[in-house]
Amino acid sequence: MSDTILEVKHLKKYFNTPKGTLHAVDDVSFTLERGKTLGIVGESGCGKSTTGRAILRLIEPTAGEVIFNGEDITKKNKEQMRLLRREMQLIFQDPYASLDPRKTVSEIIGEPLKLQKLIPDAKKRAERVHELMEVVGLADRLINTYPHELDGGRRQRIGIARALAMEPKLIICDEPVSALDVSIQAQILNLMQDLQEQMGLTYIFITHDLSVVNHFANDIAVMYLGQLIEKAPSVTLFDNPVHPYTKALLSAIPVPSLRKKRQRVMLKGEISSPINPKPGCRFAVRCPYATDRCRTEEPKLVEIEKDHFVACHLTEK
Amino acid sequence: MAENKKDLILDIKDLVIHYETDDGTVEAVNGLDIQLEYGKTLGLVGETGSGKTTTALSILRLVPDPPGVIKNGSITLDGKDILNLPQKDLESIRGNLVSMIFQDPMTSLNPVLTVGEQIAEVIGLHENISEKEAADKAGQMLEVVGIPKERYGEYPHQFSGGMKQRVVIAMALACNPKLLIADEPTTALDVTIQAQVLETMKELREKFGSAMIMITHDLGIIAEVCDEVSVVYAGQIVEHGTLEDVFERTLHPYTEGLFGSLPNIEERRHRLQPIPGLMPDPTDLPKGCCFAPRCKYCTEACTKARPEMKWVSDTHYVRCSRYDEPGFKIERSVQ
Repeated sequence: MSDTILEVKHLKKYFNTPKGTLHAVDDVSFTLERGKTLGIVGESGCGKSTTGRAILRLIEPTAGEVIFNGEDITKKNKEQMRLLRREMQLIFQDPYASLDPRKTVSEIIGEPLKLQKLIPDAKKRAERVHELMEVVGLADRLINTYPHELDGGRRQRIGIARALAMEPKLIICDEPVSALDVSIQAQILNLMQDLQEQMGLTYIFITHDLSVVNHFANDIAVMYLGQLIEKAPSVTLFDNPVHPYTKALLSAIPVPSLRKKRQRVMLKGEISSPINPKPGCRFAVRCPYATDRCRTEEPKLVEIEKDHFVACHLTEK
Repeated sequence: MAENKKDLILDIKDLVIHYETDDGTVEAVNGLDIQLEYGKTLGLVGETGSGKTTTALSILRLVPDPPGVIKNGSITLDGKDILNLPQKDLESIRGNLVSMIFQDPMTSLNPVLTVGEQIAEVIGLHENISEKEAADKAGQMLEVVGIPKERYGEYPHQFSGGMKQRVVIAMALACNPKLLIADEPTTALDVTIQAQVLETMKELREKFGSAMIMITHDLGIIAEVCDEVSVVYAGQIVEHGTLEDVFERTLHPYTEGLFGSLPNIEERRHRLQPIPGLMPDPTDLPKGCCFAPRCKYCTEACTKARPEMKWVSDTHYVRCSRYDEPGFKIERSVQ
């Protein structure tokens, strides 16, 4: 048996809105092995962030199971969850909004240690903070600065240090580099990769940027309107995408090279509303290959080759 | 070698713009030159704080003053000396001869006017036609950018991000400008929508024959839409050339660094090679080359004097003192 750290089964998160039920996450299932990275990609509103948060129960899932280290965490009470959160941390997209502006760097990194009563002794805690800052490459002299004095890259390093303070097993990274400039983005991506190797971390990497996950995700899951439509090892997904949406998404990325030009699949229209979705494939209205069957019957996620899952009627010949 | 005989829509020479604040002087643009021919597209690529947007705003003379001060330089747009033009003339130029597309379509549209009214307003301001004719033309412009005329009477909040950006584009092109400045026009959009918007912009540019300055941090977008590229660092153009020059015959270490930092979907899993360090503080720029503190090719001479513009061909120049040494090559060009 492989060493599974996380298993998500039929995860659903619906929101009630005045206009109807919003299907933010609709029956998402996947498994993740320890020490690996799963990239969840998709466009705004596809439910990727909600999925991340529902896994951590930062928002309560409507239905489904989240099995972390063999235990279904959706059944845990508040106190049990508080302890479990040590092992599952989150890094946010916006390092400007996710840090308390009135706390210094050392207070921000030390706070979870204090709250979780891991290191009650103030002096020892300061040592640990110092250690964590070194791990993420923050200079010692910054220990008493406030977030507004620092640039985006350094702020994101604080966010990473704070997440690492708990010695987590799983870190969910929600667009951790999309607010950063490319040269800084590369520094942070390399740091995260190093930390994974050193500490055996498992990542769920949520992003809209396929070229970023290509760099270090082992598997990639593509989401569209709350559903998982394709999942495969990243090599397979990039070389042999099957779902028409994945193909379009890949071809839409501008490539910084003059020699390799991809054949672009231009999509018509825009993502439709996730409120009271119609039956059938949710991508059908934009899909160039949609048939009558696609418009009436919802495709199931099927394994078309080893580890390669696709939800599309066209793959069933 | 940079001959001035060509027919230029825009000629910026030695532009220097500072923001004078209580905390010190921010040296945003430091001797920047742009020459752009009619109908061509120039990409300005650089990171946050490199001075791209300040440069763009100065072309419309929209740099906020105070604190912005244009210290030096000249801007000639379609033969007009922009920096010495009276306010009234500027108003007739903006939106007419030159127009701008901003990054965030929500903040550049008026939420209490319908999209049609907003486009018609621009047309009415610059063209001597009746309200009815302006409205008709605004309807046509909507169709041009791929929005049905029937949505003329809808408000910005009823449109999605991509659609709003199309409205902004329709407004920018309504008076058939000779120069279009697009400041990160697709950064706020999803990739599939970005692809649609870029495609629309490309088609329209061909149709209207406008020259364009595309400001972006994305080298992929540059490769797709531009004829020429200027790489901006700390308020100066460190490398300029045709698309082929800059992508295939890269000269400047910073340009090389940008390519090394980019996750490229065509090359899998090589480790990224980030540029170490950070952009220099614009209130306290280094005395020598601004990139020297982050540059792996830096020598002592680099830290002493600002490098001069060095033309290596008719179309390609670089600001890097190392090229004074015969045979100097960066790693990217050796591979």
